[in-house]
Amino acid sequence: MTAILRGYALRLLPQLIALAVILLMVSLVFPGFFRLEIQNGRLYGSLIDILNRGAPVVLLAIGMTVVIATKGIDLSVGAVAASSITSGHSLAMTLVITLGTGLLCGLWNGVLVAILDIQPIIATLVLMVAGRGIAQLVTEGAILTFNDPGLIFLGSGSFAWLPLPVIIWLVFGILVALIVRKTALGMLIEAIGVNRQASTLSGVLTPVLLIAAYMLSGLCAAIAGIIAAADIKGADANNAGLWLELDAILAVVIGGTSLLGGRFSIAASVLGAIIIQSINTGILLSGFPPEFNLIIKAAIIVFILVLQSPPVRNAFTFVALLRAGRKPTEGQAR
Amino acid sequence: MQPNGENLLSATRIDKVFPGARALDKVDFHLRRGEVHALLGENGAGKSTLVKCLTGAYRRDGGTILLDGVEVDPRDTFNAQKLGIGTVYQEVNLLPNLSVAENLFLGRQPRRFGLVDVGAMNRQARALLDDYELDLDVTRALDSYSVAIQQVVAIARAVDLSGKVLILDEPTASLDAHEVEMLFRIVRRLKARGLGIVFITHFLEQVYEISDRITVLRNGQLVGTRETATLERRDLISMMIGRELAAEIRSAREGQVVAGPVRYRFENYGRKGHIAPFDLDIRAGEVVGIAGLLGSGRTETAEILFGAHRADSGMAEVDGRAVQLSSPRRAIAHRFGFCPEDRKTAGIVGDLSVRENIVLALQARRGWTRPLSRTEQNRIADHYIRALDIRTADREKPIRLLSGGNQQKAILARWLATEPEFLILDEPTRGIDVGAHAEIVRLIEGLREKGMSLMVISSEIEELVAYSTRIVVLRDRQHVAALEGNRITADQIIEAIASANERGAA
Repeated sequence: MTAILRGYALRLLPQLIALAVILLMVSLVFPGFFRLEIQNGRLYGSLIDILNRGAPVVLLAIGMTVVIATKGIDLSVGAVAASSITSGHSLAMTLVITLGTGLLCGLWNGVLVAILDIQPIIATLVLMVAGRGIAQLVTEGAILTFNDPGLIFLGSGSFAWLPLPVIIWLVFGILVALIVRKTALGMLIEAIGVNRQASTLSGVLTPVLLIAAYMLSGLCAAIAGIIAAADIKGADANNAGLWLELDAILAVVIGGTSLLGGRFSIAASVLGAIIIQSINTGILLSGFPPEFNLIIKAAIIVFILVLQSPPVRNAFTFVALLRAGRKPTEGQAR
Repeated sequence: MQPNGENLLSATRIDKVFPGARALDKVDFHLRRGEVHALLGENGAGKSTLVKCLTGAYRRDGGTILLDGVEVDPRDTFNAQKLGIGTVYQEVNLLPNLSVAENLFLGRQPRRFGLVDVGAMNRQARALLDDYELDLDVTRALDSYSVAIQQVVAIARAVDLSGKVLILDEPTASLDAHEVEMLFRIVRRLKARGLGIVFITHFLEQVYEISDRITVLRNGQLVGTRETATLERRDLISMMIGRELAAEIRSAREGQVVAGPVRYRFENYGRKGHIAPFDLDIRAGEVVGIAGLLGSGRTETAEILFGAHRADSGMAEVDGRAVQLSSPRRAIAHRFGFCPEDRKTAGIVGDLSVRENIVLALQARRGWTRPLSRTEQNRIADHYIRALDIRTADREKPIRLLSGGNQQKAILARWLATEPEFLILDEPTRGIDVGAHAEIVRLIEGLREKGMSLMVISSEIEELVAYSTRIVVLRDRQHVAALEGNRITADQIIEAIASANERGAA
């Protein structure tokens, strides 16, 4: 058990270090960064802000991780998030319709990829374009506002001193991670991502699992959409979820899951999303002119990716081997 | 070895190490002027690695190469060509859409005023090909000619470019008898011109027909170099496979009759464009060997039986009951197993661990909701790692880091873990070292003895003879003959393939 825990820690180490460095840097330029206080039965502070603001990307990244692990990609999540939130019924009805829309979008993507064998990047591009178009049709281009207290509570309520969006992604993330790792799903998904043909020949139900992965991604997008809409108390088909798919993909990559499919870690992707949000919030807090935001973000991300790149990793391993006195060669003698 | 004046090319103590495998271990290779030197060995013996080290396609890790007594260090194939070492591969590596002349002079076209002088190029091309008894329209695209002609064009280009050493890597693999003859005439003529020719092939008849000396590699090591004229065929084969496995197993089985009930029956089973409809019965405790040349429909037969491709005619029965084998999953539900030919693309799941690869098929059959616990997985993996002697540092090592033979054993383990009753093995011994080779052959024999039904596809006839209780011969995507009992000999199989060929030509 401790060995498994140590394995997790080792896996998440680069992301944790990156996050810590970024948080420290921000706290240097913005002294009150780590301060937390309780008001009205809820925690307030920059750190909580990061967790709260990051909710949509975290949720998208959870679904995206599974899709990318199958060697796919889902470009449509931002549009799905936008189109999911454009219904105006009772709270329960809205939630059901929204989540259903998300699942349906995922099913569509999954069928294109798994049954029709269309390349994921093209297959999901269809919905990326069409999804937002449909949302704009429904809203007729205007921002639909609402004042259903239940829905607003989802965006700005709190529970156990934490904002509700944070609770939602925490619970959902843990749930997905548990399902994937406590069943055989995780291994089968990784097998499909590494070698789809070999997996199919071994009897893995490849099409069903692929469709399920895209449906999960659609579901995540729908939840992200609800949170985004509840946050601004309105459904903005033009801007909701705009470019979020790219942030989600980036979060997965920072989390160390290869775009070539295979090994994945949901926890690492969640950390990746939090890293992205920390950069966003950090840049805002530190008072840099907003024009610099994207450039600074890009620079930090390039740095993280370089650290993770195979040549650099190999160099680290090499140094480690030299220090260990080349022990591994003895182990392989058998 | 002492330096030898007549040696054109001398490679001494060549080492090449890949992650997880020593591909060449201090191999010596000496090529004389004006000889055809056959380089032989089983798949994975290190032939192509040696050639690639000589031509600079790989950087060697140790050893020296002397060409004309001068030490050379080819950096890449281009450099090797300039030094005088030219190579022609099995798949012609020219540009099929360009003309013959353009292919011959690619990158060195005769120019006039900075433009390609097409007239001069075509004239020179015709002159060059005259030496090869070829009268071609050199302005036509290369792919309008047969593979054999393309092969000769490739040779002409290589000789014209390099002119000292010519390496032919399985040049005859896709040629018919006449074409091979034509190729050999050209090889003899080049030999007379003083070229040193390295000839790699799997066809032993051709080795005896054309070569002066033979060098055999096994498992990355030099077994020896012999004069062809004084080397008995038997001795050559035992140099190559190390021991006379075939005789060993067959004699152990002498007089033993296979008398299990028919378990699998396929009638008029086929798929258009893949394999013509065939009838096949497979009994318990039987190994059906599938023989035939490359492209004769061997793999297609296996894939259709396993449901990797759907049959569009005929019916399948398991134990007398009609079944639909429309997907691998269905076939697996009937306790089928299938080790595909292309281990890398269809067999191993490279980034996953040995453990995960071994439990994959079993887990897939149980479904995702019933995961094997980690303890169970470890137990299964450890069991097969021990039982099949899979050489790996530990079970968590990614399978792509294992050698070919150990990957093959892990995939066998993947199926054995599902306790199959009908196991289809497509080229189970391709590209693996000779030790693992023998182990897999013994394993097949052991599984048969336990009553399993097996179908094994192999291009190595000796091997088929060793373990098959029946042999089905394929040609042109048709099942054309079946051999049983004491008719299972290498000669009979070769004859069946050959006579089928004649019939097809008529």
